Amino acid sequence: MRIPILKLGKYLLISIQVELDDQTAIQFQEDLLNRIHQEGSQGIVIDLTSVDMIDSYIAKVIGDVVKMSNLMGAKVVLTGIQPAVAITLVEMGVSLNEVHTALDLEQGLETLQQELEG
Amino acid sequence: MRTQPSVEVGTEWGIVSARQAGRELAKEVGFNNVDQARIATAISELARNIYLYTENGVIELEVVEKDALKGMKIIARDDGPGIENIRDVMEDGYSSSGGLGAGLPGVKRLLDEFDIESELGNGTVISTIKWLR
Repeated sequence: MRIPILKLGKYLLISIQVELDDQTAIQFQEDLLNRIHQEGSQGIVIDLTSVDMIDSYIAKVIGDVVKMSNLMGAKVVLTGIQPAVAITLVEMGVSLNEVHTALDLEQGLETLQQELEG
Repeated sequence: MRTQPSVEVGTEWGIVSARQAGRELAKEVGFNNVDQARIATAISELARNIYLYTENGVIELEVVEKDALKGMKIIARDDGPGIENIRDVMEDGYSSSGGLGAGLPGVKRLLDEFDIESELGNGTVISTIKWLR
C-alpha cells in the first residue's frame, strides 16, 4: 500500500488515511524523500488527522523522515495529531523532538509560509 | 468471561490485526477513545516484540471482571528465546533493536496491571489488564 503524496506549488501535502503498518511507513519514507528530490520541494505538511494510533515504531519512522527531509533542506510540519494520540505518545515517553507541529492543515501551511518566506 | 480468538503474530500484518482486534474489543467493552488508543498502542508494542524477537507468538484478548470492575486482559505469549535481564528491558530507553526503547515500560504506563514472566529458551508471557473506569 502506498500513501499518496500531493504537490501544491512548492509544497508537498500528505494526508495519511490508512492504517499504518510497518511496510507502508517505510515505503512512505522512501517515496517522500524521492519526491522532495524530484520536485525540489522546500516544505512538506504531513497531516495525521485520520491516524488513531501511533506506536513507538511508527513514531520513530515519522521522526526519522522529518530529520531526513531536513537534511535534504526541506521543512516538515506535522498536523492534526489527535488528542488520544498525543496522550499515548507522551505517556509512553516518546518525544518527537524538534518536530514542527500545527493544529490543522491550514495552520501547517501558514507555518511553512512563515518559515520559508519570513 | 469471554475469550476472543487469539491473534497470531508471525508477520508484520499480525501486528496490525492484533491491534485492530484489540481496539474493536475495547470499544465493545465501553472504553473511551483515549483508552482505546492506549490499548491499541500497547498491543502494537507487545505484538512488535513478538514479531521482532521470536518465530511466533500470539496476542490473547479477554474481557475480565473483578468485583464491580470490568476490564480487558491482554496477554502476549511466545515461545521465543526468553528475556535474559527483565530489569534491562523494563528500563526507559533500553533497546536491542535500534528502536526508541519505549516498548515495555511504555506499555506498563499505558495499562493498569503488568506482569512479565520469562524463561531463557522457553519463551515469555506478558500479562496485562486495563480496567474500565
